[in-house]
Amino acid sequence: MSIKLGIPSKGRLMEKTFDWFAARGIGLRRTGSDREYAGAVDGIDGVDLVLLSAGEIPREMAAGRIHLGVTGTDLVHEKIARRDAVIKTLCPMGFGHADLILAVPTVWVDVDTLDDLDAAAAAFRARHGFRLRIATKYHRLVREYLRDNGVADYQIIDSQGATEGTVKNETAEAIADITSTGDTLRANHLKILDDGLILKSEATLFQSLTAPMDDADRAIMAQLLAKILP
Amino acid sequence: MADRAQIMARAQSLRAGFQAAGALAVDLPILQPAGTLLDLYGEDIRARAYVTQDPLRGEQMLRPDFTVPVVQMHMQSGASSARYTYMGEVFRKQEDDPSRASEYIQVGFELFDRDNIPRADAETFVLFAQALRDANLQAQTGDIGLLMAAVRGLQTTDRRRAALMRHIWRPRKFRALLDRFSGRTPARVRDFSAPAAPHIGLRGPDEIAQRIEWLAQDAAAAPICATDLALIERLLSISAPYDQAMRQLGDLAKDLPAIAAAVELATARGQAMQAQGVDLTQLPFATSFGRSTMEYYDGFVFGFAVMDQADWPLVASGGRYDALTRHLGQTRDIPAIGGVIRPGLLLELEGAV
Repeated sequence: MSIKLGIPSKGRLMEKTFDWFAARGIGLRRTGSDREYAGAVDGIDGVDLVLLSAGEIPREMAAGRIHLGVTGTDLVHEKIARRDAVIKTLCPMGFGHADLILAVPTVWVDVDTLDDLDAAAAAFRARHGFRLRIATKYHRLVREYLRDNGVADYQIIDSQGATEGTVKNETAEAIADITSTGDTLRANHLKILDDGLILKSEATLFQSLTAPMDDADRAIMAQLLAKILP
Repeated sequence: MADRAQIMARAQSLRAGFQAAGALAVDLPILQPAGTLLDLYGEDIRARAYVTQDPLRGEQMLRPDFTVPVVQMHMQSGASSARYTYMGEVFRKQEDDPSRASEYIQVGFELFDRDNIPRADAETFVLFAQALRDANLQAQTGDIGLLMAAVRGLQTTDRRRAALMRHIWRPRKFRALLDRFSGRTPARVRDFSAPAAPHIGLRGPDEIAQRIEWLAQDAAAAPICATDLALIERLLSISAPYDQAMRQLGDLAKDLPAIAAAVELATARGQAMQAQGVDLTQLPFATSFGRSTMEYYDGFVFGFAVMDQADWPLVASGGRYDALTRHLGQTRDIPAIGGVIRPGLLLELEGAV
C-alpha cells in the first residue's frame, strides 16, 4: 500500500503545486516524456504521485481512490455533496486565487444586485416567454446561491468554456464563472453584481476521509503531513 | 426499513380506500417530459429531480410527483368533476441528507370540483384523516389563499403587489420586499447613466429603459403604510386551533376587509369538516403553514406529521392548487385539491421490519 497524492496534470496549477511541495522538502516531478502522465516523489518513501485533471480530483477523493488532492475550493464545493463527511481541508496553498461570480452586461444599468436580477428576470420571462438564461459550469453552487437569495424565473445553461462569450452570442443573458482579475469580463462587456460573489476559491490541499489506510499508510501520512503542514 | 412488498401492499389498501370513496384509479408514466415541470417549478426542480436526455424526446424527468401528470390527464380528458387515485414511485435526488429516500412510493387522491370548494376541501381532508386514523400523527392545516387575498388588497402599486405575489412561497424574500416597499429598508441611490460599453445580449435597450422607468415610478410611489404592514404581520402570526383561528381571522377581517371572502371560505370549510366529524378544537391551523414547502398550493393546505419528530418528512400532505389547472389547462381551468401519503413512512412508524 501507499499514500496517493493527486495533483493537477498540467499548466500553472501543476507547476505552482510542484513549487509549493518543493519549498517543504518534497520533490514532485513528472517522469517519462512530456506527454506521459506519470510522476515521482522524492524526499519521502511510500507516496505515489497521481496526475489528474483538476476537475476529477474532487470525485477521486470522495471515492477514496486518492488520499490527498490539490484542487480549487470551487470544484470541491461544486462536485461533492456533504463534503464535510468525505473530505477534510488541510491547507490553503496561497495560489490559484479565483472568485466565482455572477455577471451581467455592463449596459444593464438597472441591474446592480441580485434583487434587480430577480426583478429583471420576471420582466424578461413575461416579455420573451422563457426564463432568463445564466450560463455556467457551476450548476449546484449557482443554483444554491440564487435560491438562498430569492432569485426566481431563471434557468441554468451549461457552459464548459468561453462562458463570457455566451451573452454576446445570445445563448445566455448572464453568466456565472471564475475570474481572477476581471479582465476577461471587462473585455466581454460584463460587470459583476454588487452582491454577485458566490465563492472565493484558492488552490487547496485536501485529505480524503474515505480512502482506506493500513498502519504503514497512516505512518507515511503522518510523516508527510508533519513535513508540509505549518 | 419496511420491504417493498409490504409497502406495496399498504399502498394498495390505501388506494382501495380512495376507490371506495369514489375515486377512479389511474396509472401514469414514470418518465415525464421535463419541459412542463421545469416551466412550472423553475431551476430548483433540477436540484431535486432526476433529469435525463433522450435523443428523440429531449429532456425527460423521472416523475418527482403525480400532481402535474394527473392534472394534465384530467385537462386533456375534457371532463369537469372527477376524483382520481393513484400509486407508484416518485424520485427525488437527496443532496444533503443521505438518510432520506430518493425513491419512494406515494398513494394519492385528487379531486376536481367546480361546485363547492369548502365541501371539496373538507372531503379531501377527511379522507386523509380517516386513512391515517390509526397512525400516531399530528394533523396541521393552513390556507395560502388568505395571504394572497391580503396582498391583492394592499394599498400600493400593481407592480408591488405582483412582486409580492410572485414571492408568496419564499417567506424571506417576501419579507425583504415588504420592508423595502414600506420604506423600512432605505432606498438605494441609483445611477442610470450610460456606461462606456456597447449593447450586448437579447435583453433589449427598450427593456432596460422600461425597467428604469418602473424604478423611478416605484421610488415616487408612497410607501405601504405601517398599519397595513402590521395587519399582514398579524395575519401571518395566527396559529391556533382551527375554531379559534377562524375567530381571530374574523376579527382581523374587520380591519383587513380584503381577506373577508377568504375567511368566509375557510370558515365554511371548517363547518364542512365539523359536519363530517372533525374536532376543530383539536385541529391546528397556522396561516404560514405550507408556505415554504408546498409551492403551487394557493388555498387550503394540510399535512400529517409524526408526533415529536421534527426531522421526519411529512407522512402525508396536500392542498388546493386552482392556479395550476389554469396554467396547465391553457384556456380551461377547474378548482382542484389533492394530496399524497407515503406508505413506507407509515410502516416505518409502526415499527414493521
